Amino acid sequence: MSVITLREALRAAIDEEMARDDSVLLLGEEVGQYNGAYKVSQGLLEKYGPERVIDTPISEEGFTGIGIGAAMAGLRPIVEWMTLNFSLQALDQIFSNASKMRYMSGGQFSVPIVFRGPNGPAEYLGSQHSQALQSIYAHVPGLKVVAPSTPADAKGLLKASIRDDNPVVFLEAELMYSWKGEVPEGELVIPLGTADVKRPGKDVTLIGFSKPLRMVLEAAEALAAQGIDAEVVDLRSIRPLDEAAIYESVRKTNRCVVVDEAWPFASVGSHVAWLVSRNCFDDLDAAVEFVSAEDVPMPYNHGLELAAQVSVDKIVDAVKRVLYA
Amino acid sequence: MAGTKGARASAPAVSDNGAAGGVRGGDAGFQIELLRKMLLIRRFEERAAQMYGLKKIGGFCHLYIGQEAVAVGAIAAIDLAKDYVVAAYRDHGYALACGMEPRLLMAELFGKATGVSRGKGGSMHFFDAGRHMYGGNGIVGAQIPVATGVAMKIRYRRDGGVVLCWFGDGAIHQGSFHESLNMAKIWNLPIVYICENNHYGMGTDFRRVSSVTDFAVMGSSYGIPGSQVNGMDVLEVYREVLAAAERARSESTPIFLEVLTYRYRGHSMSDPAKYRTPEELESYKKQDPILIQRSRMTESGAFSDADFTALDAEFKAVCDDAVRFAEESPEPDPAALYQDVYA
Repeated sequence: MSVITLREALRAAIDEEMARDDSVLLLGEEVGQYNGAYKVSQGLLEKYGPERVIDTPISEEGFTGIGIGAAMAGLRPIVEWMTLNFSLQALDQIFSNASKMRYMSGGQFSVPIVFRGPNGPAEYLGSQHSQALQSIYAHVPGLKVVAPSTPADAKGLLKASIRDDNPVVFLEAELMYSWKGEVPEGELVIPLGTADVKRPGKDVTLIGFSKPLRMVLEAAEALAAQGIDAEVVDLRSIRPLDEAAIYESVRKTNRCVVVDEAWPFASVGSHVAWLVSRNCFDDLDAAVEFVSAEDVPMPYNHGLELAAQVSVDKIVDAVKRVLYA
Repeated sequence: MAGTKGARASAPAVSDNGAAGGVRGGDAGFQIELLRKMLLIRRFEERAAQMYGLKKIGGFCHLYIGQEAVAVGAIAAIDLAKDYVVAAYRDHGYALACGMEPRLLMAELFGKATGVSRGKGGSMHFFDAGRHMYGGNGIVGAQIPVATGVAMKIRYRRDGGVVLCWFGDGAIHQGSFHESLNMAKIWNLPIVYICENNHYGMGTDFRRVSSVTDFAVMGSSYGIPGSQVNGMDVLEVYREVLAAAERARSESTPIFLEVLTYRYRGHSMSDPAKYRTPEELESYKKQDPILIQRSRMTESGAFSDADFTALDAEFKAVCDDAVRFAEESPEPDPAALYQDVYA
């Protein structure tokens, strides 16, 4: 076991998979000579050369589609988007090509590709650079969507994503790259579609994923100080979704708060809350609560941008509501 | 444009000197095969139109009638064991030119389980992985980056292939075209971009929406040579694509071709094509690609009117068989709904 940053965990996953399989390539803006906009790919150009670590022009639609074509023809590209905000330029390629190629060809083609990069707000970046876009990708059948919250999960899930024969949208976060955590030595591959109970508890189930999970755990600690024992379920993978793990927890605690840093309307969080409401109806002692971003574009002002986001206080308040406390 | 002129002069297999049995442009057997493929496409498309009228086929159905020389001439110039075809949604012609079976294509149009895409693709989504036919792609211009990615794989693996990437005059103004050409050039990818200019992006004359109407120059701002090809003459298409493909392959570089052609029918079955004059349509029908090639073969003495009649009868039977096969094929099993969403 060693303690490394989430950035280093991602790099180790890419490095190990590139060493293992010469069909794995990395392409995107600044991934090579610049060593990655967020230094995830540091050192990989030197190790694997420019045919496998490929600097692209600022052409998201183009290089995303190029990755898809290369995947159809037998390679396993990792496409790095500098941020998910820029992936909107490439949305047609992901929706119309990557997600549908297998289905509309009657199963003749697979598209083994990973699209990855930081998602969601960081700090002071304003409305166009602070979007949490998981709802958009989770909406599309044919895509898998993965969103780890710890370095160990990031490494194991990214390795599984690279080996997966489907297109995977892998969500990271700028503020998470420097987070540290224990990562087991040796081979670590975590199957997609397995949630993880990050904190066991009996009074209420808190469901989250990606960056807000740290706030969820902080909220659980704050609640523990008040005598409330919260269980924290980290989804880790949004598609496929580990519904069984969600229901098992809610059927034990009978109360549920879902946390998602995206906008609330038609979101992953609202969908999970609906699933729990429908499938655990007889087990619930209170209506499911949902903590999301406020339904506004992200403001620049720091006080306002914090107010727009999920917070520990908002999660604690939601728990109090489901406990009628 | 200078483009591929030099390479064209050295193209193998055909020549203009009539050396092969008095047939201008190559051996008679090869040229008859080009004629056969064009006629098969023409008859298949006419039958598809008929079946659409009978409501056996639904949705969008874009016919290739008038443009047959482009797919046939170009695909005759490559080796599908190592080369690739990536096309747009008017894809029946490329599929047949690649050797895909009329039965399986008609069954796909009928939405049957035996269709080449198991009834889940339809007219716009013919695929054949084994023949390196990568669609059948429905979003205008979105296949251009995909084709460029296939060329990236060829370059990475050094496996000696080349990609023919097809799109229409409507797609050339999409960002995907411009982004792809830039990357293909900086990464030295072996790909021939073929703009199949049939003069109308749906109902819009390309000249109304293009700052430059000589599309042969469209690759030049990316350092990619381009030239213009008469798409009504299957032999010219063959020669030009052969030269372009060999150059793309041997130099590992992108090439751009504008192939001028014309579709006789509307954009799709629902389009009455009122945006053009009957005189314009007639002028193109006088240079019909099948007519040109048939006359060339007849004049050479290698092909008689009786041969043509026999060929026509043969393809009528092929289309009858394809329709019968499609009619008799089963609907997809309801369980197919959830199959192949994921690998």
